Amino acid sequence: MYQILTREDLTPEIHLFEIDAPGVARKAQAGQFIVIRVDEKGERIPLTIADWNREKGTVTVVFMEVGKTTRKLATLKAGESVASFAGPLGVPTHIENFGTVVCVAGGFAIATIVPIARAMRAAGNKVISIMGFRSKELVFWEDRLRSVSDELIVTTDDGSYGRKGVVTVPLKELLEGDGKIGRVVAIGPTVMMKFSSLTTQPFGVKTIVSLNPIMVDGTGMCGVCRVSVGGVTKFTCVDGPDFDGHQVDWDELMARQRIYLDEEKRSLELWQQSHGRR
Amino acid sequence: MPQLDLNRVSMPKQKPKARAKNFNEVALGYNEKHALAEATRCIQCKKRNCVEGCPVGVDIPEFILALREGNMPEAVKVLKSKNALPGICGRVCPQETQCEETCSLAKKGAPIAIGRLERYVADWELNHQTDSNPELAPATGKRVAVVGSGPAGLTAAADLAKRGHEVTVYEALHIAGGVLMYGIPEFRMPKHIVQAEVDYVKSLGVEIKLDSVMGKISTVDELLEEGYDAVFLGTGAGLPMFLNIPGENYNGIYSANEFLTRTNLMKAYLFPEYDTPIKAGRNVAVIGGGNVAMDAARCALRLGAGKVYIVYRRSRAEMPARAEEVENAEEEGVIFKLLTNPVRFLGDDQGWVTAMECVEMELGEPDESGRRRPVTKKGSEFTMEVDTVVVALGTTPNPLVPTTTKGLDTTKKGTVVADEETGKTTKPGVWAGGDVVTGSATVISAMGAAKRAAASIDAYLRGQ
Repeated sequence: MYQILTREDLTPEIHLFEIDAPGVARKAQAGQFIVIRVDEKGERIPLTIADWNREKGTVTVVFMEVGKTTRKLATLKAGESVASFAGPLGVPTHIENFGTVVCVAGGFAIATIVPIARAMRAAGNKVISIMGFRSKELVFWEDRLRSVSDELIVTTDDGSYGRKGVVTVPLKELLEGDGKIGRVVAIGPTVMMKFSSLTTQPFGVKTIVSLNPIMVDGTGMCGVCRVSVGGVTKFTCVDGPDFDGHQVDWDELMARQRIYLDEEKRSLELWQQSHGRR
Repeated sequence: MPQLDLNRVSMPKQKPKARAKNFNEVALGYNEKHALAEATRCIQCKKRNCVEGCPVGVDIPEFILALREGNMPEAVKVLKSKNALPGICGRVCPQETQCEETCSLAKKGAPIAIGRLERYVADWELNHQTDSNPELAPATGKRVAVVGSGPAGLTAAADLAKRGHEVTVYEALHIAGGVLMYGIPEFRMPKHIVQAEVDYVKSLGVEIKLDSVMGKISTVDELLEEGYDAVFLGTGAGLPMFLNIPGENYNGIYSANEFLTRTNLMKAYLFPEYDTPIKAGRNVAVIGGGNVAMDAARCALRLGAGKVYIVYRRSRAEMPARAEEVENAEEEGVIFKLLTNPVRFLGDDQGWVTAMECVEMELGEPDESGRRRPVTKKGSEFTMEVDTVVVALGTTPNPLVPTTTKGLDTTKKGTVVADEETGKTTKPGVWAGGDVVTGSATVISAMGAAKRAAASIDAYLRGQ
């Protein structure tokens, strides 16, 4: 069992857990993930590592309530525990001095991009970050991302905060601007990563995305997370989760993310009925 | 000399129609009467051929003698002194090519049903509280790390603990047991039996650390630096092989590992009570002819699939699965499409598999495996409608540990190079055994290798 030491509600549906997991904390690096299982009957799902504290032996994850598992997870309070917490899994994000790096994040992936932006900056890069949300009340960690970036652009789809529109608009402006961009890192919902990659492609700026397909074991054993990258099948859990966004077969990935849509819906509905929740 | 009794006592099984709809154990095991009758047939040969046929050297005539004399605690003790996992081996060992093949009565066509008797003794112990724990050797103060808690890891851990060493097992998944938990289905290997045998290994003083992905949470070099005197790698063959033909990433196409892990480890057959889902459609094709293919096909039936096919490119004679498993699958309604090879998958615009294009094969000259090589029949293309495909072509070792361990040699196939007799690898202080060395093989061969490695580790730790 792995105890939740701190819980923070970043928005009504996005939560932060700081979890007691010294083994994972000792080795965690930016871009890696863990596999979590809420309870004995729970499924295994991957969550990206948002932060870690090697001295305290803790690992921080941020998640959004989507289906049954994340909603069940969100019922847990500080002091309670999750059944499994395995990691750090996957290959860490490649950090190097590229000159200028643009870090683009959408929604709850802000939590994922912060350690990457921090590491990129520590490697000597100028870091320009773009964070996008649906609307103002969903904005979180603006300060944190600002503190590890040289410039920060905030967008909301409805214009209630920052610039109105999606993240690809300021991304394109930066690419068209005078400054040379050495690398783009784009993390968020699959569709946002796809369009960020499509935006950068004509400019020939290598764009790293962090994929989030369905996983079970997270160690290369089952192959459900397979994805086509440059026409070659890769396992996201061991070969990724970071890949070259210009090489990813986005349509295949999005189809594979829908495999259990019906079951996920049924599972959530049953759980909501039995728990009297929305 | 008394007259030979050649009437092998058969073991009761669930009826095919009923069992194809549930996950309860198919083979029900002997009762006392069956066991005594079968044990009485044993002629207690002086030349112990059966023991020679056993990869872990169980004293078979002795445990059978104790059983038929009604001394069950003694039967348990004899069995467990060589085999820490008898309830598992009694169920999944291919006895017909091991102890039962070398049994003196095999020549007469009626070998003693050693596996069934082993299972009977192991199950008897589960239902009767006895103190069967062996005396442990005095503590040596030496520490051994075992990586992986499958058949090899558990066996090495048990043997090393008995010899007085302090053993820690690192397991990547959330449950110990490896392939016994994630791979072999409940109806063939009930999980409470595996759990009981894991608990037995723990009762010897072995600590099992779950959720510990070696190569990620720590490396083998770090284990050695941090005070372990030796490391045993029993990480198995966990990486699935695919066909590498067009369309293999369509939705509905599983590796056998995924299909079985969802079903067995995650208990998807109890969805939505358990959270992990699985889909078994109207037409399921399982590609391959080994035990894993049979397990996947039989799981698919039990998950409520319509038609379930085994698609295999050679003929029945070349199938690597145990004959018993092929028969079980056939009785339950699995349809065999032999001498058939898929060449590509077709899908719909939503990314779901809808059909599989195949070719017919015929057998040519023997290949390097000694089996006749399948050759494509010209113009034999045809299409099978499928909505679920399970690829069961075999597995290779997971590279996570080998690639993060300095000085550990591997072969082109990704297996770890280790001495066959001792399990010693090319890295000092590191031993390996089981599927990580041989590629996918049997539970008992992994246990045999682990036993030999444990003896070698023990000698090393005692400075011999």
